[in-house]
Amino acid sequence: MALQALLGCVALLLAAAAAGIGLAQRRAATPAIYGVALATSVAALSLALGALLAPPRLAATLALPIGLPWLGAHFRLDALSAFFLVVANLGGAAASLYGLGYGRHEEAPARVLPFFPAFLAAMNLVLVADDAFTFLFSWEFMSLASWALVMAHHRRSGNAAAGYLYLLMASFGTLALILAFGLLAGWSGAYDFAAIRNTSPSMLMGAAVLVLALAGAGSKAGVVPLHVWLPLAHPAAPSHVSALMSGVMTKVAVYGFVRIVFDLVGAPYWWWGALVALAGGITAVMGVLHALMEHDLKRLLAYHTVENIGIIFIGLGLALAFTANEMPAAAALALTAALFHVFNHSVFKSLLFFGAGAVLTATGERDMERLGGLIHRMPQTAFLFLVGSAAISALPPFNGFVSEWLTFQAILLSPALPQWLLKFLVPAIGALLALSAALAAACFVKAFGITFLGRPRSAVAREARETDRWSLAAMCTLAALCLVAGVLPAWFIDALAPVAQALTGSHLPERHGLDWLTIVPIAQSRSSYNGLLLFLLIALAAGLAAAAIHRFASSRLRRAPAWDCGFPDPSPATQYTAGSFSQPIRRVFGTVVFRAREEVHMPAPGALDSASLHVRLRDLLWDALYVPTARVVAFAADRLNAVQFLTIRAYLTLVFGALVALLMVLAVWQ
Amino acid sequence: MAIALALAVQLAQLALVLLLAPLLTGYVRKLKAHLVGRQGPPLLQPYRELLRLLRKDVVLAESASWLFRAAPYLIFATTWVAAALVPTFAAGLVFSYAADVIAIVALLGAARFMLALAGLDVGTSFGGIGASREMMIASLAEPAMLMVVFTLSLLAGSTQLSSIAAALQAPEVGLRVSLALALVALIMVALAENARIPVDNPATHLELTMVHEAMILEYSGRHLALIEAASYLKLVLYVSLIACVFFPWGIAGPGQGAAAYLAGTGVYIAKLGVAGFALAVFETAIAKMRVFRVSDFLGAALMLGLLAALLLFVTQAT
Repeated sequence: MALQALLGCVALLLAAAAAGIGLAQRRAATPAIYGVALATSVAALSLALGALLAPPRLAATLALPIGLPWLGAHFRLDALSAFFLVVANLGGAAASLYGLGYGRHEEAPARVLPFFPAFLAAMNLVLVADDAFTFLFSWEFMSLASWALVMAHHRRSGNAAAGYLYLLMASFGTLALILAFGLLAGWSGAYDFAAIRNTSPSMLMGAAVLVLALAGAGSKAGVVPLHVWLPLAHPAAPSHVSALMSGVMTKVAVYGFVRIVFDLVGAPYWWWGALVALAGGITAVMGVLHALMEHDLKRLLAYHTVENIGIIFIGLGLALAFTANEMPAAAALALTAALFHVFNHSVFKSLLFFGAGAVLTATGERDMERLGGLIHRMPQTAFLFLVGSAAISALPPFNGFVSEWLTFQAILLSPALPQWLLKFLVPAIGALLALSAALAAACFVKAFGITFLGRPRSAVAREARETDRWSLAAMCTLAALCLVAGVLPAWFIDALAPVAQALTGSHLPERHGLDWLTIVPIAQSRSSYNGLLLFLLIALAAGLAAAAIHRFASSRLRRAPAWDCGFPDPSPATQYTAGSFSQPIRRVFGTVVFRAREEVHMPAPGALDSASLHVRLRDLLWDALYVPTARVVAFAADRLNAVQFLTIRAYLTLVFGALVALLMVLAVWQ
Repeated sequence: MAIALALAVQLAQLALVLLLAPLLTGYVRKLKAHLVGRQGPPLLQPYRELLRLLRKDVVLAESASWLFRAAPYLIFATTWVAAALVPTFAAGLVFSYAADVIAIVALLGAARFMLALAGLDVGTSFGGIGASREMMIASLAEPAMLMVVFTLSLLAGSTQLSSIAAALQAPEVGLRVSLALALVALIMVALAENARIPVDNPATHLELTMVHEAMILEYSGRHLALIEAASYLKLVLYVSLIACVFFPWGIAGPGQGAAAYLAGTGVYIAKLGVAGFALAVFETAIAKMRVFRVSDFLGAALMLGLLAALLLFVTQAT
């Protein structure tokens, strides 16, 4: 029943999209469409929550006579789908709520309103699809809807290029997935998932499917080296769509990977785990290092998505390695960690993009070097962005810490793995994870500190105004979720138990008695964490300190100019900038990773012209992988260009030759 | 009744670390002064400083926001809670299950996050310099610390400090290369985290060499008192941490009674004394290094930690 109702929600969203085309020019269209999207998302969210928390004994399935005539369209709602539906519709509801306020500033509503509900509908469809055709169709629909949203402001410099690159990478990803499903379906061409589940591919075939799934889903999720489109395309869209793309669409990609590798392809081999976890570790560190070098607030957030996808893939890789070695409890822990991080990242990344959108509305600026001091003008946005920053930096008592903590616990179980490669690899991946967590904290000190703290660096920052109440309501909801999921993680982890059970055959231990809020991955004596107690202790200690000081000590305060070692300078240009903040880290890591070079031009002694400092960074991956590929493609296109100017006789010969060749192949094959 | 008693012991530990923290700092300062032939400030001088700061007015920069005023309370509270969760005189206290050693590292990370933000809040160049360098140091020190944590928890099969302390007391652990590497790495991290020589100089006000002091330059009065208290607490925390995992002897077990707790306290104070003496000697004997050498120093710590963890991963068959 829930599945039918969910598909009804999807139909409603598609109807809203169609209505959006006709009505977009009207003033009332913006609230109407976001209102419908909000209501539908909330309905779908409650349906998915129902399916996750009170799972029916058998997964609901449904076949509709649309799509391919001999296949039909199959849909299924199991625990894994239900969990990702919760993530997607939570993000969708928050983005719609935010859109109610943010959408009013939209300069080209006709380019956003039809595609926004269509994008939501497509993501829901991917999550319930139960055959390869429906899955790929919805996947491509999702790519195209989001591409249209990326191109909403196509005249702004860089956006058209971003859209083009996105389209290329999305096509590449879909191609990889088509091939993966082709291999899975085998000779019989059984494209519904139930049939695929029943066949087990050979080792070589399974390996090919894994690599193709990693390339296909990974390119959508942003796994290095296929991440290059993400930091360009996500920020180009309107901010609530950026939030959806970063917070939700990357998670739909993770769903695709989990569905194929954990569910469809059958028993994994141990080296799959090594490959996936290594890709995750590299992705995490590269993502955060790129983010540190970035001065564009939204692009910085997009690079952090790459980092968090890396953390999720580390968890998934460990889960694969444990499953292959028949350690279901450890596999359940790693998978739960990854899925909990999926949820957490969707919450705080949406929150942060909403905050960046509020800053963008208030100032028209995304460049952090021209912001600053916004905490005085936008105190609520600043506070909520701070909560998001603390959560993404994995600081207790917020939610990001809990999922990273669980990932660390999973890493600590890995000495029991028998393979030598894993024994060497996993601690190194643990180091990469720790490094990326520490660098993320540095990066968000920069993002929050330069944007919101200090003194305004430009006139627009000086005159910023607090954002509207719809946007604040959306951000407040997400910030509250960050705290609740961090303080009461046990509830969320319990909700994940059916998913872990279905995919790994085990789940985290049940908690009992008094300690019902403590999370215990394996055993109490081994490790435990109680966010609520920690939160209460900190609150108590801070309250105690404040009360004691204000009771017994001085509570007077006076304002004065900043001290600054006796040489305060009124110019805001004397503050630290985003570039100078990351300079030490650039010197430590960037000289190797980015070939960072600084060029200082000093005027000659006595000359009055200003000195300048130029920083050059190279994206080695782009230079080594994408530039040569583009060169090869351009070369091939150049050569093939001749084929466009042949005579009709030559074309006929070509067609005839092709036909004969194909027939020959067929004849030899039979 | 048992619960009330356990709570009382936990509260005693909270009070103990808070009361001992300024004493340890004063003791190190006194020793350092003696070692270079000065008389030095009295042992109780840090207490007096705190009280004096608490009585003074706060002079707040005009561009400071609410974050600047809230940060000291949060920094103090997180550091205090973290310090109280490390076993000092007794292990297995009632709240110890709430946070393992990874959570304690993260709590310190939260305090540092707030401190760096407070450094950026007023919008001065010194605040920025401090915040930026602090985060660079942390970006290497924190992974190094976590690698040490990995090593210890692999040996002990637990990330709970009480269990680690108990496991490392067992004779079968013995002397291990991993443990030695981890100890060296942890000491290097502790020096960096506490802004000690050779990474930072706690006594300096020379502008271009400051890290910690640069961030708190704008603080005054009770806010400064809280931040100073937090940094004293952090020193105690690291000393307790090193003592409880590498020198776990004499820590009272859970529910062993008053006599064991008293003995544990005595042993703990003795450990603080030895650690303070070693710190003072080390700081007097060595020079501060340039800021950009710090990355080599901490990179070495990270490598030592990774090596220690790797050795264990490879040798453990369980």
